[in-house]
Amino acid sequence: MYAQMIKTASDGIKSRDEMSDEERTFQDKIDADIKIEPKDWMPEDYRRTLIRQIGQHAHSEVVGQLPEGNWITRAPTLERKAILLAKVQDEAGHGLYLYSAAETLGVSRDELVEMLLSGKMKYSSIFNYPTLNWADIGAVGWLVDGAAIINQVALQRTSYGPYSRAMIRICKEESFHARQGYHAIMAMAFGTPEQKKMAQDAVNRLWFPALMMFGPSDKDSVHSEQSMAWKIKIKTNDELRQQFVDQTVPQILYLGLDLPDPNIQWNEERGHYDFSDPDWSEFFNVIKGNGPCNTDRLAARRKAWDDGQWVRDGLLAHSRKKAAARMAAE
Amino acid sequence: MTRDDAFLQFLLRMGDNTLVLGHRVSEWCGHAPVLEEDIALANTALDLIGQTQMWLALAGEVQGDGKSADDLAFLRDAWDFRNALLVEVPNGDFGRTLMRQFLFDSWHKLMLERLKGSSDERVAAIAEKAVKEVTYHVERSRDTVIGLGDGTEESHARMQEALDYLWPYVGELFASDAVDAEMVAAGIAPDPASLRADYDAILTEVMAEATLSIPKSGFAHKGGRDGRMHTEHLGHLLTSMQWLQRAYPGARW
Repeated sequence: MYAQMIKTASDGIKSRDEMSDEERTFQDKIDADIKIEPKDWMPEDYRRTLIRQIGQHAHSEVVGQLPEGNWITRAPTLERKAILLAKVQDEAGHGLYLYSAAETLGVSRDELVEMLLSGKMKYSSIFNYPTLNWADIGAVGWLVDGAAIINQVALQRTSYGPYSRAMIRICKEESFHARQGYHAIMAMAFGTPEQKKMAQDAVNRLWFPALMMFGPSDKDSVHSEQSMAWKIKIKTNDELRQQFVDQTVPQILYLGLDLPDPNIQWNEERGHYDFSDPDWSEFFNVIKGNGPCNTDRLAARRKAWDDGQWVRDGLLAHSRKKAAARMAAE
Repeated sequence: MTRDDAFLQFLLRMGDNTLVLGHRVSEWCGHAPVLEEDIALANTALDLIGQTQMWLALAGEVQGDGKSADDLAFLRDAWDFRNALLVEVPNGDFGRTLMRQFLFDSWHKLMLERLKGSSDERVAAIAEKAVKEVTYHVERSRDTVIGLGDGTEESHARMQEALDYLWPYVGELFASDAVDAEMVAAGIAPDPASLRADYDAILTEVMAEATLSIPKSGFAHKGGRDGRMHTEHLGHLLTSMQWLQRAYPGARW
């Protein structure tokens, strides 16, 4: 997932009468589930909303390397280290396709990176939480990628063609990530008492931040309606969150871990688990930059970018010299 | 020294090189100059760790006391490591990391090409698989060294500094000792010294294209591949790498 609180660039939904002919043709395509492609006409607000959403998603993949990278050098076996490297490599690859999908909307990757580094664009709040013990790496795969998959499976049907196709490809890899995460945490939950303690600690700390990944509750989600009408968003935040809880609670029970929220309870009437809301004031604080890792994560990305300037300049200068030499030879 | 003793030392040298370098390269995760480099670095580290699993599993088999590749990676102390010093030096900037990669990859590819013809089928099979990956590694590290050497004034200066810093660690890759003599006699592995001429030819060509000067000094730091004296850096690397296995002995992960 990794896109939350996307401010839809519009002043509300227009009725058919208020739409121009172009807008009506566009909306008809959406309603008929015909994908919008880069060269098709699209409302400016649709374009801007998608740039925000896909850009935030791409940034999340990139920043998401940091909490996992935090444990690559301490992975406890060669196999776990190899799996984690493969996963982080996939995440960076997702960042790459998503930036490419955003570029089809007329914004360059450099512009998007600039907006991330200057704080104008966000990444998912989840990556502002720390990874403190090895079980966190399992929990990130299982809970965080698990939450992401729920959103992304829905987004495979999103109306913008390049985004939908990126989601289809990404979902295949994400399901491998979620599985490896669950296996890693299973080894710990069924391991020594210390390992079980690590697993419990990870679930306790990451449960509510994982719930926050779906964004604010529907009643406070002011931007959803237009995005749903444009099929940029397919399901509401609360629907997705419920789906995640229903899927995850039995997995926690199977692991023999304590539930991280005393109010989790099966509700026969609704056919769903009841659960507590995350602390939304904490969520808004993290979004504002006050999460435990916001400052460090952004500083790490800025440092990587600044320290890499000479590398990008050097390689660019070299390719220009080569091109000039080829021209001269022709 | 029996042949098996020598064989074990040889396998540890191969496996520890890839383990320690794979670890170093993985330290870059999320901090590379561009996203494509993040991917390439993670991919290189992944290949090296995969090769480590094969070399150290075979080392455990030859040792014959039931040790797994993980036991060897996570439960030996620095003096038992047999990697060349080159791979344990800290990453430095991106230029030094890629220069080290090129200096190592060029040796690695020559070595693996020869190991494909090893009299030991298990060694030949590992080399066969690894050389495919290493062919990509050297292609990329070579292009990067050339691009940055012949890039801007700053990138050129940084790459020259990287080469000057790393050069004294290159000689150890080609040092021969009794272990090597035993491997040559058994037809298992080539004498490292016999790879030097080809290596020098590659380096001369690549550094010329990169507009970098190969240092004149023939001095070589040694002590890694025989475990006599590692750098101070290895202990720190092992401290983080081995921490969980050391802190929670016997746990399965």
